[in-house]
Amino acid sequence: MEFVLSEICQQIMAARGAERPVYICGGRSKDFYGEPFQGGSFPDIAVLDMSAYHGIINYHPSELVITARAGTLLSELESALDEQNQMLAFEPPRFGSASTIGGCVASGLAGPRRMAAGSVRDFVLGAKLLDSTGMVLGFGGEVMKNVAGYDVSRLLAGSMGILGALLEVSIKVAPKPPLERTQVLDADESRALELFNQWRGLPIAISATAWSQGKDEGAGRLYIRLSGSEPAVQSGVRKVGGEQLPDGQAAAFWNSLRDQTHPFFQARPLWRVAVPPQTAPLRQGPTLVEWNGGQRWLSGVDSPADLRAAVAARGGHATLFRYDSKPADVPVFHPLDDGLKNINRRLKQELDPVGIFNPKRLFPDF
Amino acid sequence: MNDTSISRAAETAPDFAGLISRLAGVLPAHCILSRVEDTRPYECDGLTLYRSLPPVVMLPENEAQLVAIMQGCKALNIPIVARGAGTGLSGSALPHPQGVLIGLAKLNRIKKIDPQACTAVVQPGVRNLAISEAAAPYGLYYAPDPSSQIACSIGGNIAENSGGVHCLKYGLTVHNVVRARVVTIDGDVIELGSEAPDAPGLDLLAAFIGSEGMLGVVTEATVRLIPKPACARVVMASFGSVEAAGQAVTNVIAAGIIPAGLEMMDKRAVHMVEPFVKAGYDLDAAAILLCESDGTQEEVEHEISRMEAVFQQAGATRLQVSRSEEERLVFWAGRKNAFPAAGRISPDYYCMDGTIPRRHLSRVLNAIEQMEDEYGLRCANVFHAGDGNLHPLILFDANQPGEIERAEKFGAAILELCVQVGGTITGEHGVGVEKINQMCVQFSREELDFFSAVKRGFDPYGLLNPEKVIPTLVRCAEYGKMHVHGGELRFPDLPRF
Repeated sequence: MEFVLSEICQQIMAARGAERPVYICGGRSKDFYGEPFQGGSFPDIAVLDMSAYHGIINYHPSELVITARAGTLLSELESALDEQNQMLAFEPPRFGSASTIGGCVASGLAGPRRMAAGSVRDFVLGAKLLDSTGMVLGFGGEVMKNVAGYDVSRLLAGSMGILGALLEVSIKVAPKPPLERTQVLDADESRALELFNQWRGLPIAISATAWSQGKDEGAGRLYIRLSGSEPAVQSGVRKVGGEQLPDGQAAAFWNSLRDQTHPFFQARPLWRVAVPPQTAPLRQGPTLVEWNGGQRWLSGVDSPADLRAAVAARGGHATLFRYDSKPADVPVFHPLDDGLKNINRRLKQELDPVGIFNPKRLFPDF
Repeated sequence: MNDTSISRAAETAPDFAGLISRLAGVLPAHCILSRVEDTRPYECDGLTLYRSLPPVVMLPENEAQLVAIMQGCKALNIPIVARGAGTGLSGSALPHPQGVLIGLAKLNRIKKIDPQACTAVVQPGVRNLAISEAAAPYGLYYAPDPSSQIACSIGGNIAENSGGVHCLKYGLTVHNVVRARVVTIDGDVIELGSEAPDAPGLDLLAAFIGSEGMLGVVTEATVRLIPKPACARVVMASFGSVEAAGQAVTNVIAAGIIPAGLEMMDKRAVHMVEPFVKAGYDLDAAAILLCESDGTQEEVEHEISRMEAVFQQAGATRLQVSRSEEERLVFWAGRKNAFPAAGRISPDYYCMDGTIPRRHLSRVLNAIEQMEDEYGLRCANVFHAGDGNLHPLILFDANQPGEIERAEKFGAAILELCVQVGGTITGEHGVGVEKINQMCVQFSREELDFFSAVKRGFDPYGLLNPEKVIPTLVRCAEYGKMHVHGGELRFPDLPRF
């Protein structure tokens, strides 16, 4: 076994022996996300640094899959894809140059194209995992269709590292669209959501949408990105109307949403709400809408309990995405019903019986 | 005793009478079948090689009845096997000889088609194609289209993570089912996934889809509907060698094209289906590709011309583009009728389902050709070329002594080859009972233990579809002992029990 990997295994075995948890990290660009780990309950928590375990292992562009070690920089991986005119279709946020592919999969966060292309887990084809005994386990693989055993690699997407340390991931990649154009039109939030409802069922090549109401945006502006072949984009433009945003500006705008550098994301606390996309305006203060209405960012939430009740009543959930300080009784992630929580807890107990991996990062109590 | 393995269900004779009396007043008598003439139709699924008569069949009409059955079985330690339409090809719905078979055919309502949200809310017994039919007036459809889509149910599709010919572009069941309402073995009703883009906690829906009925029973699901493309056309291209056809597939993808469907048939498959469907297939070709484009009229024309150019460059010996919807369906008819055509030229056939990285296609097909001599059986190959999913159809005659065994060994050797080249033993049919031995080849003991642990997270008592998918340690040891790579069995003349 290679030195870096054997070091990581040793650390896990030692942690398990001492019943001392480890905090898995890659580029540490997403330390802010999830329950705070420096909460005092584990004063001498050890850091399991995956960044030294890096490198692209396999990339055959015509197979539409890339396999890389968890510590591989997202930027390195994306530039390899870029050379072949391919991309990660879920557009994961890059919270800085240190972001790794392991962190990207473990956090399960996606960017503007998610509404059209799918989520992180939709693109995960395989994973290697270090379990709580320090054993390397492989699930899935590099093929699109694979139903041998449970789909563990997809379960790991968004698991926040609580089931083990991701070592390697295989991800389906997509060709870049030959053409992209962004149209902008004036619309308030209700109108924007109404338009999403009209467009959703039509064959229009929309790859991203956003509605915001910044300082200079009056009642609000609706941004629509169309992607695909020339005829598909042209017919899309005719259907959605509005004015074209120059390409440079458009790219900067979508990147600012993807990487969350847009001014709206500077607010604290910042809430992320996921609701069925056709949900009417939430009326919970300043809002930025993405994903055809499915993802909504809120910057002026007074009562987390009221917000969560309102969102749950509409079939969604609310995450305290970024915060300066957090009241102890407000979990970062939306609390689960008992039956569901039960299974989450049992899975954690079964797969990490000593509880060494990222305790309390995903759930406030385990 | 602190035993970490899943407890073996029902070591003693199950108390079916106790279960039935417990359910009195909840589950009407007509929903319980126990006479052999009534239970016989449930003795196997689409894989008829394996049969087991279920002692009791229960057909709940609503969720409350299902909850009561699950609670009753848990209380009395009775194994449960859930079944949809019974079209599965790996024996996942094979009844347990000491368990209850739950048929979900009566939960067959489409509860809602929401054209604005582009979703449908359906019960598990709804047929796959019925969803698209109900959505058609709104210009929408449900994308995954397993070949059994006329008959198979969405509940079964969820259990198997079913695919179809359009997966490369539109995804599998896991990409198109957004929410499942599930009854657990504890009788809890839980919601996995969400009609919102995601749900809090672990992504249990991802683990549930394709779990072959071992984690819970679905009572309702929300599926994604997508706009029906205005137009679809298919290019049919002939190639002089399997290698050239494989290269053409690679070149299409490398050109940045994601075809709506991309299928390959080898010479034997073409010769098998042509007399059956008369689609005008090129009988001189070593391999035929069917490559479909869908979208608006303009998009399709644009894409078809790009596809044609790629195939021409790759050395296609004949190229034809469908000129009408009728012709498109004729081109597809051969591919879609490959299985019945196999049934026409051979008394029996055995369909394999390995997936391989596409670049190893010719290597695998050549190896399969050699195996034909080795096992003395013929094999026709149809291939979801776009996603690497290979369906070798091994032709045999069950009435000839030894042919079943040879077919099974031939199949096992193909699957192991798929694993060797970095693929998998099953792309879309599932493991069930059929490929349980090959699980020992694809996974290590520790990986199989991990699956068992996931299973216990949902079903700590091991009552849901026991003895499927995850082989026991003993089974793998036996298989390992008996088995030698390359398919040669030691002392082939000795009887084995």
